[in-house]
Amino acid sequence: MSEVREPKRLMKGNEAVAEAAIRAGCRTYFGYPITPQNELAAYMSKRMPQVDGVFVQAESETSAINMVYGASAAGARVLTSSSSPGVALKAEGLSYLAGADLPSVIINIQRGGPGLGTIQPSQGDYFMSTKAPGHGDFKCLVYAPATVQEMADMVGDAFEKADQYRMPALILSDGLLGQMMEPVALPPIKDPADCPQHDWAMTGTKGERAPMEINSLQLYPEELEAANTERYARYDVVKANEQAAELYQTQDAEIIVVAYGASARTAKSAVDLARDAGIKAGMVRPLLVWPYPDDSINDLIEAGKVKGFLTVEMSMGQMVEDVRLVVNGRLPIDSYNRTGGLVPDPQAILAKMNEMQAQFAEGGV
Amino acid sequence: MTASIKTPLTNMQMRLAGYGGQGVLFAGRVIANAGLLSGKEVSWLPSYGPEMRGGTCNCSIIIQDEPIGTPLVLEPQVVVAMNKLSLERFAQAVEPGGWLFVDESTFDIADYTLRDDIKNLVYPYAQTASDNGIDDEQGNPIGSLIMVAAVWKETQFCTEEVLEEALRISIPDRKQALLEKNLRALAIGKGL
Amino acid sequence: MARTMPAPKDNEKVVFERTKGLTDTAFTYCAGCMHGTVHRLIGESLEALQVTGSTVGVAPVGCSVTATNFFNCDMVQASHGRAAAVATGIKRVNPNNIVFSYQGDGDLAAIGTAESVHAAARGEHITVIFINNAIYGMTGGQMAPTTMPGQITQTSPYGRIIAQDGYPLRVVEMLSTLDGVAYAERVSVDTPKNIRAAKRAVRKAFEYQRDKRGYSIVEVLCTCPTNWGLNPLDSADWMRKNMFPYYPLGVYRDIKAEGFENIVDAAAAKLEDQKAAYAAQVEAELAREIAKEERKASMKADIAEAADSKGGA
Repeated sequence: MSEVREPKRLMKGNEAVAEAAIRAGCRTYFGYPITPQNELAAYMSKRMPQVDGVFVQAESETSAINMVYGASAAGARVLTSSSSPGVALKAEGLSYLAGADLPSVIINIQRGGPGLGTIQPSQGDYFMSTKAPGHGDFKCLVYAPATVQEMADMVGDAFEKADQYRMPALILSDGLLGQMMEPVALPPIKDPADCPQHDWAMTGTKGERAPMEINSLQLYPEELEAANTERYARYDVVKANEQAAELYQTQDAEIIVVAYGASARTAKSAVDLARDAGIKAGMVRPLLVWPYPDDSINDLIEAGKVKGFLTVEMSMGQMVEDVRLVVNGRLPIDSYNRTGGLVPDPQAILAKMNEMQAQFAEGGV
Repeated sequence: MTASIKTPLTNMQMRLAGYGGQGVLFAGRVIANAGLLSGKEVSWLPSYGPEMRGGTCNCSIIIQDEPIGTPLVLEPQVVVAMNKLSLERFAQAVEPGGWLFVDESTFDIADYTLRDDIKNLVYPYAQTASDNGIDDEQGNPIGSLIMVAAVWKETQFCTEEVLEEALRISIPDRKQALLEKNLRALAIGKGL
Repeated sequence: MARTMPAPKDNEKVVFERTKGLTDTAFTYCAGCMHGTVHRLIGESLEALQVTGSTVGVAPVGCSVTATNFFNCDMVQASHGRAAAVATGIKRVNPNNIVFSYQGDGDLAAIGTAESVHAAARGEHITVIFINNAIYGMTGGQMAPTTMPGQITQTSPYGRIIAQDGYPLRVVEMLSTLDGVAYAERVSVDTPKNIRAAKRAVRKAFEYQRDKRGYSIVEVLCTCPTNWGLNPLDSADWMRKNMFPYYPLGVYRDIKAEGFENIVDAAAAKLEDQKAAYAAQVEAELAREIAKEERKASMKADIAEAADSKGGA
């Protein structure tokens, strides 16, 4: 399937993802100011009225996500965005969205934490996004773009999959990708009328059907267990169908760098440096971090060439736990992490790979 | 003096720094757009947050043939320092053989010892802008586009036609009135 | 739980029936609870205005969390305090739907204060039915933002102490100061007379939404016999004795009665009044300044004159 794309133009990640959301048929946005995602809401405030869409600046992140909940219940393709502390406030709404099986897309332009932290880029919300986006048993699709182009491309996919599986989808980006400009070929424009019409949408009975409800309340434990079991069966389908990773120089690689998002950009540079230095390095870059691309990592281990993994993150080490779960003790895993808003340096990653190489040579695995 | 980096400099890492309001981020966008129009891979990364509230601001630009890994510019071939603070902060980062452009309009460059392993181009860009009536909507002189032209003249990071087209597409529709002034700034810079 | 009424026999005629604005599901509220009465008033209003089929209701967290079962329209369950935000989302997507939220005092006036105030300030075209019974019912009777001074609850075992817990919130008074509010009234449902007044208020609130006048809210003073530890009749007496003086019944905002079509007109007129008042104030200050300067000048002239006359002497 070839789609006609416009010529590339220079856009900030925050603006590209907003425009791409509109092009994906989204006409409803609720937000609240927070750095470094402000360009996104500003863009929506300008564009939504031009396309007869809804833009509301809510009184808080909590209120914004609950407006999303209402809009999604009413059948809209709806978006909100924030940065780490604000996404934490949205945790309540995420849980309710999941509990009521409502689709929506939530963009997180991550910054350093905990607390007020910094406004510089970070990947410190990996756990929050993939393990516990809110209270209770649920998951969200979690996209991990690494370029402005991917921010634009993934948001449309996120809307589609959110609808398909009736669950919230997160775009786990960061201040680096939100603030930087890169050339982007925007996706084609989709007519909102062509978006899926939901037979569960709360639009009034019009006297033609029985009243319906959107609810996450289960009065009986057995009913809640049944609902959760059904939801997790759906998650199994998601795991089977939606894992996605970019494999870079992995065919003969002995050291596999695992990194996502902005840190994967640096990691890729480091892999190139390592190859120049004669190290057989490669990279697995998850395109979604939930579901995690277990299969890609398993396949590489089973192929037998890999001697060890190196995770690179802009956090104290969060995604590494998912790598450990897949590797399950079969091979050594090392980590290179920067936090506080600092971005990894390719030379430092290369140095880490040299260390690993030396250990393999000693056989000290 | 070490060997200079060869021109045309079509693969370039660059850092532009100055006060907020000097047009540093805009100048960076023009250069990044020039890279885009030249069919290159491009990234433009601004400093943001408290740094952009009245203090200094800077942006990093990469133009290259290969896909861009980290957009952070650690060892630029070109640094532009539009004020004293930027000179102090970024001059040491220039790759040997590279270029340092300094706007001396607001301080005395004689107080500084400049590196001899890079090419130093010191000029009062803001003063020149002021003398030629090149200013923004608030009447602040904008030397950054004169500087862009000066960088272009030295490094030839794109063709002359591309440079002008890059300027045109960098100016938003609602600000097209500023195009004429900016074109004049480019012409002045090229004539330096 | 669903009970359907048998069809009337040949020699029978229907003189009264349950409103079609409610489902046939029997209420699960405590004996003496007033939720049922208020539910019925809402159902009757929806039916009378023929909007049941275009209505989406928002249920809160609290005892009326089960309200989704009782209203004969689409219902969305909100999280605690967020009903006004959820209603905003629904209404903005489908502006032609009638959207109402049904919220208690803890939900609306404690955890949901921000959502409630800002939905009203934005003039969201929604209707809020606010049940004020001065206590958290569902969680077993804790102190609410509307609990009366001295009132004993699970978390105010010595009675609500003002020095510790502050003053109860008067919600409709507060919200009626906002330009986005088209209609705000406080009613009760303790007597047939008050129930009739409450019914008129609820219906008016929905009419104002239908006619796109602005945000509307009806606060209903209710009892909670279970958590107050009183029987239903004594509860009603307690409410009248303690709550009515603190929370006076009545209309706090009615832009139509004030002569305006909608909140836009009312807010514009209010601003014009304020501008005129400010201009008058500035003018008065200026006049005072001029008078002061004139007094000073005349005093100086008097002094000079006196000096002249002395010098001349």
